[in-house]
Amino acid sequence: MAKPVELEINGKRYPVNYPSDTPLLYVLRDELGLTGSKYGCGEGQCGACTVLIGGAPRRSCQIPVSAVAAKPITTIEGLEKDGRLNPVQQAFLDAGAFQCAYCTSGMIMSSVGLLQTNPNPSQAEIVQFLQGNVCRCGTHPRVIEAVRQAAKMMQEHGR
Amino acid sequence: MSNVEGKLFIEPERYEFSAGPFHQFELARRDFFKILGAGIAIFAIAKDALGAQETAPGSRAFHNEELPKEISAWLHVGEDGSITGFTGKAEIGQNIRTALAQTIADELRVPFESVRMVTADTALTPFDAGTFGSRTTPTITPQLRRVAAAARDLLVGVAAKEWNVAPAGLVAADAKVTDPASGRSLKYAELARGKTLAQNLPAEDPITPATQWTIAGKAIPKVDARAFVTGKHQYTTDLRPAGLLYGRVLRPPSFGATLTSCDDNAAKAMTGVVVVRDGDFVGVAAPSAHEAQRALDAIHAQWKEVPQISSKEIFSYLKQNAAAKSEDRFRKQEGSVEEGLAGAAHQLDATYTVAYIAHAPLEPRAAVAQWADGKLTVWTGTQRPFANRDELADVFHIPESSVRVIVPDTGSAYGGKHTSDAALEAARLARAAGRPVKVVWTREEEFTWAYFRPAGVIEVKSGIASDGALTAWEFHNYHSGTSGVDTPYVVANRRTEYHPVPLILRSGSYRGLAATANHFARETHMDALARAANMDPLELRMKNLSDPRLRAVLETAAKSFGWPRKKTQEGQGFGVACGCEKGSYVATFAEVAVDKTSGTVRVVRLVEAFECGAIINPDGLRNQVVGAMIQGLGGALFEAIEFENGRIKNPHFASYRVPRFRDVPEIEAVLLDRKDIPSAGAGETPIMAVAPAIGNAIFDATGIRLNNLPMVPNGLRSA
Repeated sequence: MAKPVELEINGKRYPVNYPSDTPLLYVLRDELGLTGSKYGCGEGQCGACTVLIGGAPRRSCQIPVSAVAAKPITTIEGLEKDGRLNPVQQAFLDAGAFQCAYCTSGMIMSSVGLLQTNPNPSQAEIVQFLQGNVCRCGTHPRVIEAVRQAAKMMQEHGR
Repeated sequence: MSNVEGKLFIEPERYEFSAGPFHQFELARRDFFKILGAGIAIFAIAKDALGAQETAPGSRAFHNEELPKEISAWLHVGEDGSITGFTGKAEIGQNIRTALAQTIADELRVPFESVRMVTADTALTPFDAGTFGSRTTPTITPQLRRVAAAARDLLVGVAAKEWNVAPAGLVAADAKVTDPASGRSLKYAELARGKTLAQNLPAEDPITPATQWTIAGKAIPKVDARAFVTGKHQYTTDLRPAGLLYGRVLRPPSFGATLTSCDDNAAKAMTGVVVVRDGDFVGVAAPSAHEAQRALDAIHAQWKEVPQISSKEIFSYLKQNAAAKSEDRFRKQEGSVEEGLAGAAHQLDATYTVAYIAHAPLEPRAAVAQWADGKLTVWTGTQRPFANRDELADVFHIPESSVRVIVPDTGSAYGGKHTSDAALEAARLARAAGRPVKVVWTREEEFTWAYFRPAGVIEVKSGIASDGALTAWEFHNYHSGTSGVDTPYVVANRRTEYHPVPLILRSGSYRGLAATANHFARETHMDALARAANMDPLELRMKNLSDPRLRAVLETAAKSFGWPRKKTQEGQGFGVACGCEKGSYVATFAEVAVDKTSGTVRVVRLVEAFECGAIINPDGLRNQVVGAMIQGLGGALFEAIEFENGRIKNPHFASYRVPRFRDVPEIEAVLLDRKDIPSAGAGETPIMAVAPAIGNAIFDATGIRLNNLPMVPNGLRSA
């Protein structure tokens, strides 16, 4: 038996008992109870499971836990700080950028990742970056608007 | 579902079930107050005002004797002033949790924030046939208004008794009853305190007209939105009751295959694994998803397959296998089509086809089932909790009162979550395991074993006079369905017929049902007629339309779009389409850009005007309308289920293309608020004119007429 993996998620360390080749998504959801990251396809095609690994958005259904043991992981549950929403969460809330909202966690995590590397993305850059995130309800225009608003908020508040 | 040698036998492939006979369930009034605490409650009784209870598409109608018999609450006013509304409808992303709470707050005269909705729980909410057919707004909204009005009267009555005055002079507002004569007032909370008063719902109550709404009609944000942006909301797939096992089902290699042998010894030998074999049903439950997968992989089964037709031959099959003559109820005729055609200046004869498409809800079918003391509780994302309850009771031979189905707010459905497949599977496994079991369909299962919007062939024959007036209209739909089959255009000579064909792929409802296919054929055909007569397509439509509501959406959308428009660049094209269904009206205009060299078709802009009577929540409505437009774009351009030998060939998001960010054009939705007309539902109609508007724009750009949905799955040249 390999040594149990330990993960750093949202600033906390979690020992993991699931086999080390288990995709991160199932460890998050089933073993650790962090169900904010969603199962949409298990194939890396829909983006509902997106989390940040070392600050970069990644499909957690495609990454074995063994590959992320040394890297800090942020999930949707880790964005809110002291009861204050992350600007991207706030912008989604303000724009009403969801219908069934099953894609929302993944959309928000991808957008947080985008704004970390590109604080002022153009519409085309947002579209390009979110191309891998599926919203079946057709809320795309509001999602784009929310990302633009979040960018604005973050620049105004220097966050 | 059948019972073979005393064993349960689950047919994984079933068309829509129709709800079984309704039996009384036994939540008595006393129990109700036990759950919610003392206060004032309004109950519906058998003779309630929900006379227009909807019917399931494709299933038999609910007749009067099948209306709710049980006593159940629609509204409760608690001792702390909290208001709880009850509805059997499910929240699946259409935002009824907010819209219905607005309705109650408005009529009861309380702050919006004090109202909470309990939805789609068979133990707590009134019977409901299902969340489909755009029925929540036209049936439940007036019902909840009557309920709230009754509660208001009851509270006024309590105050009148308290003060020993006539109730007529008292005023209910701001969650309190006031006596203008004396200036005294009592809060609803105070009036409800220490009481367990119940009142039956009167059949008719005066309800507030839309012009006097104060809370309804406002763009109130989704009530529990924060839970969704923080990931805290628990969908069915997120539930983890103590002792939970993860279930998987062994699927046949193809539709209709039967199990001939099955070696499950290796799976059974695995620690913590439960294997269930029950007829052709083979499933496993294990402490984790990966252990369940390992157990499933260890089962060696052999299946007998049956030959089946493929998507390549589907349309000729549909034509050849239609009944020679359809039943009377599927045929309509007025005047003489033959005479109308004889007198026409232009005639047109065309055939249209629509492919099978999938709902592909992002939250797949899922259920958590738990047995305790012979009673079954199932959490599942379904549009028909009561029908699911009945089917579970039927399959497991237990009374319906022993089954409770609860629908957590669900990750969308679009008509795709009527059946109880995952619920049955989870319940079967949970019964064997003696522990709660969760079944979450994989994306591949979702694309394969759910059901589809049926394919269809539509034939249209028509004629117009030299001034553009329709002289004849003949319309035949093979297999895809009857919704939207009637033309809204005025024509004296017409014949409409629906031709049923035996089922090929498991098919069921989809947002708008066949109206999308029928609108595509009709509106494409109208465009072709306009071209034949060298008339403006909008002008031809207006010439043949008398319905003022349909004319109004066309005029509104035309103005926003800027119709007629001059082409300013190569490959540019403009198109229009319109229609009405389920009491609401839509007109859509499209601009496309076609690259003739590469065959790439890009939808540049969509403008849609929509009218559904008085608007209850313009923000939620806009989300629904824009969402339907984007979803409609997928079926218009590229969505199609491909199948061969009983297998789905593209059961993944990588091969079944759904609209993504890059596909989304500039979108403008213009909402007409008709406060003088009762509110109609809005979940479906906004999808219907998208495909023909785009197709007509492609014709305008290229001169190529596309009569098959999807229109350009591989670009224009290979279409």
